[in-house]
Amino acid sequence: MTRQPSVLVLADGTTFEGYAAGHVPDEGFTSGEFVFNTALSGYQEVITDPSYAGQIVSFTYPHIGNYGVTPLDDESLRPWCEGVVIRELSNLPSNWRSVGPLEGFLRQHRVAAIVGVDTRRLTRHLRAHGALPGAFGHGDPQVVAAAARVARGTDGTDLVTRVSTGEIYTRGVGERHVVALDYGIKTMMVHQLAERFRVSVVPASTSAEEIRSLEPDGVFLSNGPGDPAALGDQVRVLETLLGTVPIFGICLGHQLLAQALGGRTFKLPFGHHGSNHPVRDLATGRIEITAQNHNYAVEPDTLAHGVVSHVNLNDGVIEGVSAPSERCFSVQYHPEAGPGPHDARYLFERFENALRGVTMGA
Amino acid sequence: MPKRVDIHSIMVIGSGPIVIGQACEFDYSGTQACQVLRAEGYKVILVNSNPATIMTDPATADVTYVEPLDADVLIDIIERERPDALLPTLGGQTALNLTMELVRRGVTERFGVEVIGARPEAIATAEDRDLFKTAMADIGLAVPESGFARNVDEAYVIAEDIGWPVMIRPSFILGGSGTGIAHDEAQLRTLAGEGIAASPVSEILVERSVAGWKEFELEVMRDAADNCVVVCGIENFDPMGVHTGDSITVAPIQTLSDVEYQAMRDDAFAVLRRVGVETGGSNVQFAVNPVDGERLVIEMNPRVSRSSALASKATGFPIAKIAARLAVGYTLDEIRNDITEVTPASFEPVIDYVVTKIPRWAFEKLPGATAELGTRMQSVGEVMAIGRNFAESLQKAVRSLEQGRAGFALGRHSEFVDFDLERLWHSCVVATPERLFALHELLWRGASIDDIVERTGIDCWFIHQLAEIIERERELSPDVVLETFDVRRWRRYKQWGFSDPQIAELCGRDVEAVTVLRRAAGVVTTFNTVDTCAAEFEASTPYHYSTYEDASEVRPSSRDRVIILGSGPNRIGQGIEFDYCCVHASYALRDMGFETVMVNCNPETVSTDYSTSDRLYFEPLTPEDVAEVIAAERAACVDGARVLGVIVSLGGQTPLKLSHSLDPALVLGTPVASIDSAEDREQWSAICKSLGLRQPPGDVALTLAEARTVVRAIGYPVLVRPSYVLGGRAMEIVYDDASLERVMKDLTSEHGSLAREGGVSQSRPILIDSFLEDAIEVDVDAVRDTRGDVFVAGVMEHVEEAGVHSGDSACALPPQTLSAAVLSTLHAHTKKIADSLGVVGLINVQYAVKDEEVFVLEANPRASRTVPFVAKATGVALAQVAVRVMMGQSLRELVELGVVPAATPVPHYVSVKEAVLPFNRFPGVDTVLGPEMRSTGEVMGVGESFGIAFAKAQLAAGTRLPDQGQVFMSLADRDKVQGLELARLLADLGFTLAATVGTAGYLRSHGVVVATLVGKVGLAEMGVDAVSMIAAGDVQLVVNTPSGSGARADGALIRAACIVHAVSCLTTISAGLAAAKGIADTRAQGWRVASLQELHR
Repeated sequence: MTRQPSVLVLADGTTFEGYAAGHVPDEGFTSGEFVFNTALSGYQEVITDPSYAGQIVSFTYPHIGNYGVTPLDDESLRPWCEGVVIRELSNLPSNWRSVGPLEGFLRQHRVAAIVGVDTRRLTRHLRAHGALPGAFGHGDPQVVAAAARVARGTDGTDLVTRVSTGEIYTRGVGERHVVALDYGIKTMMVHQLAERFRVSVVPASTSAEEIRSLEPDGVFLSNGPGDPAALGDQVRVLETLLGTVPIFGICLGHQLLAQALGGRTFKLPFGHHGSNHPVRDLATGRIEITAQNHNYAVEPDTLAHGVVSHVNLNDGVIEGVSAPSERCFSVQYHPEAGPGPHDARYLFERFENALRGVTMGA
Repeated sequence: MPKRVDIHSIMVIGSGPIVIGQACEFDYSGTQACQVLRAEGYKVILVNSNPATIMTDPATADVTYVEPLDADVLIDIIERERPDALLPTLGGQTALNLTMELVRRGVTERFGVEVIGARPEAIATAEDRDLFKTAMADIGLAVPESGFARNVDEAYVIAEDIGWPVMIRPSFILGGSGTGIAHDEAQLRTLAGEGIAASPVSEILVERSVAGWKEFELEVMRDAADNCVVVCGIENFDPMGVHTGDSITVAPIQTLSDVEYQAMRDDAFAVLRRVGVETGGSNVQFAVNPVDGERLVIEMNPRVSRSSALASKATGFPIAKIAARLAVGYTLDEIRNDITEVTPASFEPVIDYVVTKIPRWAFEKLPGATAELGTRMQSVGEVMAIGRNFAESLQKAVRSLEQGRAGFALGRHSEFVDFDLERLWHSCVVATPERLFALHELLWRGASIDDIVERTGIDCWFIHQLAEIIERERELSPDVVLETFDVRRWRRYKQWGFSDPQIAELCGRDVEAVTVLRRAAGVVTTFNTVDTCAAEFEASTPYHYSTYEDASEVRPSSRDRVIILGSGPNRIGQGIEFDYCCVHASYALRDMGFETVMVNCNPETVSTDYSTSDRLYFEPLTPEDVAEVIAAERAACVDGARVLGVIVSLGGQTPLKLSHSLDPALVLGTPVASIDSAEDREQWSAICKSLGLRQPPGDVALTLAEARTVVRAIGYPVLVRPSYVLGGRAMEIVYDDASLERVMKDLTSEHGSLAREGGVSQSRPILIDSFLEDAIEVDVDAVRDTRGDVFVAGVMEHVEEAGVHSGDSACALPPQTLSAAVLSTLHAHTKKIADSLGVVGLINVQYAVKDEEVFVLEANPRASRTVPFVAKATGVALAQVAVRVMMGQSLRELVELGVVPAATPVPHYVSVKEAVLPFNRFPGVDTVLGPEMRSTGEVMGVGESFGIAFAKAQLAAGTRLPDQGQVFMSLADRDKVQGLELARLLADLGFTLAATVGTAGYLRSHGVVVATLVGKVGLAEMGVDAVSMIAAGDVQLVVNTPSGSGARADGALIRAACIVHAVSCLTTISAGLAAAKGIADTRAQGWRVASLQELHR
C-alpha cells in the first residue's frame, strides 16, 4: 500500500516525518495535544476512551493493530482522541476476536493517523518538554506547522460537556442504586458497576437536586477529559452531596472530589499514560500495578478534609484520597482496567461495602 | 520488609556443566545473585562444577567450591560450611533437584539450613505433574487432560482414553528430555519406554496434545508481601509442539488483545500463589487455541530459567538480581530499578521495540541425529536481536546466527531454491532448524498466507510480516538505482532490517558502494536505549541497540574506551569459555580506568549483562554492525577521548573473522596478520621449519586426487580437516582409501558440510596430516608481552590420546606423565612460537608427545577454550593478564603488582577437566570420541591425586565410577596390549570382567580371568550379548574402544545402551586407565572437598 508522506509538528516547531494513515482529513491536518501511552496492548480501548478527547495519542509500542478491533473492546460509542501516532500499523490482524483491521476502524470513525514516526523521539521530547499541542497531516508542511503553532492544549478547557451522555440510561439490576456522573465514562466502568448495582448514568451537568431525586445509595464519579480546574460547577455539585451519600471517584472524578474536599489540582509535566504504574495502598501497604491516564493530579497538602490513601511509587504523585467521615474515596488511576491490569478491582468491592454501611478503610 | 538479619551465610548451587537445556543463562543469573547477596553483606558459599563460568571466579563468592554437583558432595560442604540458608532457584533444574534430594534425606533439617527462594513444597507442586494438575484444578485453571503411567501399558490405556495424538512427558526432567508426541500405538510404546527411563522417578505424563496451538510464556515475580508483577510476556513464533527452547520466540506478546493478556496475567499470578512460590521469579507457560481463545496452563518453573535470562536481556529488568534480593526478605518496592535509578522494581517493564530469539542447533556435528524439532530441546545456543519492529529484529537475529546468511531475505541464494514444492512444504510443516528459510522460499513462490497458517500452525501475523519483508526484498533488484534513493526509500529497507550486504546482494552491487550511498543519503545507524520504560523516564544505564531512526542516544563521554567483541551464539566448539574471557577483559580494562564497550548478541551470557561493561551494544557480530558501533563510539568521544582499540582475540573465531574488516591499527594485541599466519598452512609450516620444530608430516589438498598424492607421501592414518573452522568441524582420522574418498567428497561438495561456511578454495584448502597414533596430546596456554617476555600459565596433559579433539578430551593440570625434559621443550617451543608470531596477549599451542619427542600440532595466538580452566586450576586470572599486556603493561610490571607469578605455577593439587557430551539428547548418534568436537560443556575435578581429580570430574560430568561389580571390555586390536594392563588393574581392584570373544581370548591368554564371554549383539548362540547385560544392570562400567575402521555397528549399539541405562562408558584405554586410578585412589584416600580460595592460598 502506498501512503502519502505526512509530517508531525509540535507547537515548539519540532518536526517528525511519517506517512498518512487512517482518516485523511480534507483540511490536510489534525491538531490537538500530544500525549504518549506506554501500554503494550489495549490500543482500541485507548482510542475509544473519552478521556483522550482533545488529545493526539502516540503509542510507544511500535506495532499497533496486531490483533485487530472488536466492538467488545470499545470503551465508548466512538473514538474521542483527535488522532493517533504509530510506528508500525499492522494491516493484517490476527485474533479470533477481531472483526477487522484497526485502520478500517480509524477510517470509519474519521480518526486521522500518522505512521512510520520515530515515536521514541517524540516520547523523549514530550518527557523533556511536557505534553505539547501540535498538528500532523499530509498537507503542505508549512500549513501543518502553522496549525501546530496555534494548536491549543487542554488547560482551562471544558471537554466534559462534549463527551458526556445527553440523557440518562440505566444498566444492571442490583439491589442498590448508584448514580454515575458521566464526565466521559468508560464502558468498563459502567460494566464493573452494573455487575454489583443498578446504575443510572447521568449527564455531567446533572444538578445535586436532580441526583438526589434519583434516590441513589451511592454516587460514582467517572473519568473524563481536560482540566479539572475548569469544572467549577461540577465541584459545587459534589460539595453539596458530600457526606449525604457514599461517593467513589475515578480519575477526573477523583480530581473533582479532591477539589470538593478543599484540594487543588495541577498539571503534571507529561502525565501518566500506561498500564504499568506501581501504586501503594497506604492502608494495606500492598502494591498494585495500575492503568493510568491523566495529565492532572491533586496537589499535595491541599486537602482540607480527608487523607491521601494511595501514592504512585514512581514519582510520589497522589493516586487516591479518602474521607471516611464523608463516606467518600477516589483514585487517580483506573481500577476498572480497560485496558490494564486487574489488580485494583477490589475498589469496586470497597464501594459496595460502603453502600452496605460497612465501615470503610482509611 | 527489610532484608533478613537472622541469616548470615547463604549457599548457592550452580547448574554445573553446559548441557542442552541448561546453558550459560545460569552463569548469568548465578553470578548476579552472588554479587547481590555479597553486596547485601551475606557470606556466599557457591558450589558449581563448571570452571568456565564467571560464577566460579574466586572473586564472585566468598567461598567457591568447584566440586561435583552431587548430594553426597553437597553434604560434605554443608557440614564444613554450615550455611544458614540454601538458595536453590538460580541453578536451574540441577539445583532444584539436588535441593529436593537434600530435603528428602533430611540434610537441611539436620544442619538447620533453611531453603529460601522457593519452599520444597512449592518446588514439589510445580515439578510433580500430578500435584501440579491438582493444584491447577483447585484454582479453576485448565491443563491438558492427562494421566500418569509407570509402564508402557498404562500409558497406552491413558492414551486410548484421552484420544490421539498424545504428548509424553517424563516427571522431573530438564529441557524436555525424553518427551515427544505419539500419533499411534507404536510411537507411544517407543516414546513411553524412553520417557520412563529418562525420568528419575520412572514416571511419565500422557496428555492431550495441543500441537498447533499458540504458545506464550509470562515471566513473573512475587515478593514476600504477595506483590506480583509480570516482567515480560513472550510469544512463540513456532506453535505448541516445538520445545520453547527450540522455538523462535518474540517479546513482547504480539497477537493477544489486552482482554486476553490481562486474563492470562491473572492466571499466572494465581498459579504462582497456588504453587506457593513465596519470593522470586517464575515462568508460566500457556497454550491458546487460535480458534476460540481457550487457554491452558502447560507448566511453570519456580526458578529463574532460560526464558528469564532472555526476559532480563529483552527488558533490562534483571530478574535474577531481584529474585536474590527478594529471597532475603526485601519486597519489590524496596528495590530500585537500576536502569532508571529513580523508580522501584515493583513495576512492569514496557518496551518500545521488538525482541526476537532464534536458537542455534548443531546437527551438522551429530551425524545420525534427525534434524527435526519437537518437544525435546536440541539447540545448543541462541541469539537475540532487538529492532524497532519485528522484521528488523528477525533479520538482525538471522545475521547474528553466523550461518552465512545476511538476513531473512535471502534473494535467490538459498538451498531451498532447488526444492520442489512438495519437499518445500514438508520442510515447513515438519519443524526443522531451517524452517524459517523454507518459509521464505514458499512465500517467494507465492504460497498463500492462509495455506501456510493452516498447515504449519504458525500465526498469520508472523507469516504476514515475513511476506511484507519479501515484498520489500522484491523491490530490490539489479534494476533499481540506489543513487536515486532518498531518506524515505532507504529507510523502507533499513528499518525493516535489511543489512548493507543483503541490499548489495539483491541489487548486484558491492557492499562498500551500498554503505557509501546510504550514508551519503543521510541514512545512518542510530542507537536506541533499552530502558524498561519506553522512554517514560530518563535511563542512566547505557544498553543500546541499533536501528534507523531520527536520533541516537549514546551519551558522550570524555574517557578513553576499548571495544570488546563477544563470541556470539553458543555452539559446540565456541561456548561460555570465550564469554568468560570477554567478561574478564571488561573487568581488567575497567580496573585500569578505561571505559569498556561490549558488543554481543547472545542473551544467555554474563557479557550481555548491562552491568558488566560501561556500555553494552546488543548487536549482531557482522562487519557492518560492528563498524556502526565503532562509529557511534567515536562520535560519542568528547574532550579528546579516543577509541583505543578493539579486542578481537578473546571471543573465539567470531571476532577473529571480523578483524579483517577492521582498521588494523584498531586491533589490540597480536596483529591480525600473525593470527592469519598461524592459520595458514604454508606460512605456519615455514615458521615451524625456521624454528626447527617438528610437525607431523602433511600437506594441503583441494581435490581427492591431490589428497591421494599427499597420502602417498605420508602414509595412513591421516588427519583430514578444513582450514578456518572451529571445534574440529568436519575433522576426521582416515585409515584407508575408501574413507579418504568419502571424506573428500563430502568436504568438496557444493551442498556438503562446509557449503555454508565458505566451502573449499585456494585460500581455504583441506589440510592433511600424518596422524600420530598413541601420542600424548598437550595444550599449553601462555601470554607474551610487547617486550618479548613469555609467561607459560599452564601445561595440560590430555587423558585421551591425540586424535580425540582437545575440547572433548579430559586433561590434567599439572601434567602427570611428562618428563622434565619434555616439559622444558614445551616451554621453549612455546616461547619461540610466540616470539616468531609477535604475539601480544594469549597464545595456545597444541603438541603431541610420542616417545619423548615433541611435535607441534597447531598454534592459536588468541584465547583458547582452556583459559578459564587454567585460571581456576592455578589461581591466575589469565585473561586479565592478557588484556593488561595487550594494553601495554609488561609481565615484569604485572609480577611486581602481584597480578601474575614469576614462573609457571605448579599447584600442590591436581585439576582435571572433563568434557560433557550431549549424546543422551541424540539417541541415534555414536558416542565414540574423535577429532570433531561434540561436547557442549566441561567440568573440573580437584583432588590430591590425579585419580581423585579424575573420579570427581567423572561424577561432575554425570557418572560416578563404580567401586565394585562387573566391567565389560570390548577392545580394538591395536588397544589390546594396553587393555591388558587395564584389565589387570581392574581385576586387582576386585572387579569381575566380561569381554567379547576376541578381547577375552587375548586377556585369558595372558592369564587374566574373564568371568563372562559376551557374544555379538543379537546373536544369542554366541552367549549373552552386551546390550542385554547392560539393560539388566549386570555391568557397572564399559570400556569399548572402536576399531580404527570398518564396521562399528556393534560398538555403537553397546554405547547407545550405556546412554539409555546411564552406565559409564569409556571409549579409550587411556580413559579406562585413568578411571582405574580414580577408583583405586578414591578407595585408598577418600574424597575431601576444598574451596578455590583455600587451594589458591
